[in-house]
Amino acid sequence: MNPLEHPLLRGLIYAGVVVTVLLIIVAWAIWFERKFAARMQSRVGPTLVGPMGLLQPLADVLKLLQKEQIIPENADRVLFLLAPPLTAFFAIATAAVIPFGPEMIAADLDIGILWILAISGLMVFPVWMAGWGSSNKYALLGGMRAVAQGISYEIPLVLSALVPVVLTGSLSLADMVEFQAEHGWLILWPPGPGIIAFVIFFLSSLAEANRIPFDIPEAESELVAGIGTEYTGVNFALLQLAEYVHTFIASMVAAAIFFGGWDFFGIAPGLHWMVLKTFALFFFITWIRWSFVRFRSDQLMALAWRWLIPISLVVLMASACWVFWAGV
Amino acid sequence: MDAIASAIRVGIDPHLDLDEYDPAADLMVLNFGPQHPSTHGVLRLKLYLDGETIVKADTFMGYLHRGKEKLAEKLTYAQITPIVDKIDYVAPMTTEQGVNMAYEALLGIEVPRRALYLRTILAELQRIASHLLWVATMSIDLGGALGGGTTVFMHCFRERESILDLFEELTGCRFHYNTHCIGGNRHDITAGWPKKVKATLDVIDSRTAEYESLTTGHRVFRERMVGVGVLPGDLALELGITGPNLRASGVDYDLRRDAPFHIYDELDVQVQTEKAGDCFARTLVRIREMRESIRIVREIIDSVPEGPINGAKPVKSPTQFKAKGGQAYACLEGPRGEVGTYVIGGGDNRGASPYRVKFRSPSMHALSALPYILPGHSISDCVAVLGSLDPILGEVDR
Repeated sequence: MNPLEHPLLRGLIYAGVVVTVLLIIVAWAIWFERKFAARMQSRVGPTLVGPMGLLQPLADVLKLLQKEQIIPENADRVLFLLAPPLTAFFAIATAAVIPFGPEMIAADLDIGILWILAISGLMVFPVWMAGWGSSNKYALLGGMRAVAQGISYEIPLVLSALVPVVLTGSLSLADMVEFQAEHGWLILWPPGPGIIAFVIFFLSSLAEANRIPFDIPEAESELVAGIGTEYTGVNFALLQLAEYVHTFIASMVAAAIFFGGWDFFGIAPGLHWMVLKTFALFFFITWIRWSFVRFRSDQLMALAWRWLIPISLVVLMASACWVFWAGV
Repeated sequence: MDAIASAIRVGIDPHLDLDEYDPAADLMVLNFGPQHPSTHGVLRLKLYLDGETIVKADTFMGYLHRGKEKLAEKLTYAQITPIVDKIDYVAPMTTEQGVNMAYEALLGIEVPRRALYLRTILAELQRIASHLLWVATMSIDLGGALGGGTTVFMHCFRERESILDLFEELTGCRFHYNTHCIGGNRHDITAGWPKKVKATLDVIDSRTAEYESLTTGHRVFRERMVGVGVLPGDLALELGITGPNLRASGVDYDLRRDAPFHIYDELDVQVQTEKAGDCFARTLVRIREMRESIRIVREIIDSVPEGPINGAKPVKSPTQFKAKGGQAYACLEGPRGEVGTYVIGGGDNRGASPYRVKFRSPSMHALSALPYILPGHSISDCVAVLGSLDPILGEVDR
């Protein structure tokens, strides 16, 4: 029997391939970020492990795996130990519906974009579990900040992600990409709503993924390491991994729903364009990270509630009007 | 008192014991430090938090106390210099100069002009290095060790390294120089040194605009700094705060102009002041002072007079300098403010050691402002305010 015909086996195989490839790419992305940051700072970055330090992420992971697991005496053991794997799980689970290329998608759900938003919305829970379960005041403060930030930025994230949904008339990411291959990228056409929605989506994704300048939940100069303060070894690695995977997937989703995914004006459509666009966006995120200082928590909230949410509402209305009057 | 009243914006007396005062307040007590990445060493703050807002802050010092003042009573006058290097480990040059100036005043020893010129140059170079490090650490406090702050940090450290290279060429040490001694300096200017100084200053001068674009010109940086940690001028005077922190609060006071030492009476020092008294004003003052220091060094580096660099008689034994009594106070404008040394003669070793030495450290006075200006701010601002005061814990605890 062809294993791909059995739905359960097929799911497992697809999941295995996606997760493995994703983790390898993320490891490289970490290497890339470190090299890039080093260049910005007149340093050389990792050089010793492997050629040009390419095996450095592997060495980091191996080092963290060897470390002793320390569980604080007063910690809520269940919450404390459950939080990191759950965070990593939610971060990786969103990859299921991302169209890497034509017909290259692990699960072409009809509600793909909803799946991504729902799963990444659930990220708030393990983060709060980590903050509460650590029995540490810095972790508690970090957890509170993370929840406030997560809930606030969920709204502009959803509203801006609804713009492509309205414009393309589908919740499936594969449909969205095909629509763009046919009618042009949403960032370019229709003029206005697409690019504004992309900016809001991008900023909200940065906030959701706790990247500088929005990394106040783990602001290490204020809260030591925020929710990660008490974590060691593999759990710490999982928390860090979740952040990177989240950032990377945010880049992929943005590439898919605003930049036409695997399409490049009809020239040789395929996985390579998707990878290129994702890395371009990831490069941009890295660039921002290493040139900005972080906001204060109240300034961050003000940005979401005063600017991003009203603007995204207006953009959503505008794109609805566009579809109503101008068609596609 | 007006100063105190303006400081206590949230209506809580900074000297009040909150535990007894309001048990129903339901405040969270957070021990901020001594093991915390951004307390600049081992400062400990006891913060009473309402949510993330600081209601009250207590400062605890002494985790880096090494008994330098007591040690100074046991050492002879000539032995003190390498010990005081470790007091302010970010600006050892000025600390060395301060203590040697006090000892020279007590022992009545003239310093030759060449040494005074050299001391002025070293003090100004040290000020540039120290302010560079401040910009670096301030950015890290705001931006974190894994973000934009590190970029500024690395760039500022690159420039600071070049100044340390100059010091290394002159003294053989990058950090704890031991180059000043009673009566002058130990190490004379070498042949190519002034040229290298000018080349280094050119580089730093051309890159100062870069730091400005990353700090004072950066929108997020401004958002974090403007209006945060306002230190009123009268409160600053009352607490004995000196240096850039005082000048940023609108008080026009600089020892280089108002009580000249070295050769500053012959120089026209432009004192940099700002009115706002917030973290941003302190940033502006420090960056401008770097420019001013560059100007001063450029002005005098070529006009260093010939002559001896030490006015004391050649030393036969460490106990040669003796003072049976008397007292002296000398102070200079260090990167952090008034670096003062008060010494009473006539101690151990038949008068070859001082009876008592007191180091006045500007950082300690700066930290004493924290209980007044922290209430009402959030934890994020706490880090910014603490960093903007430029405390060096080695100097605070001595």
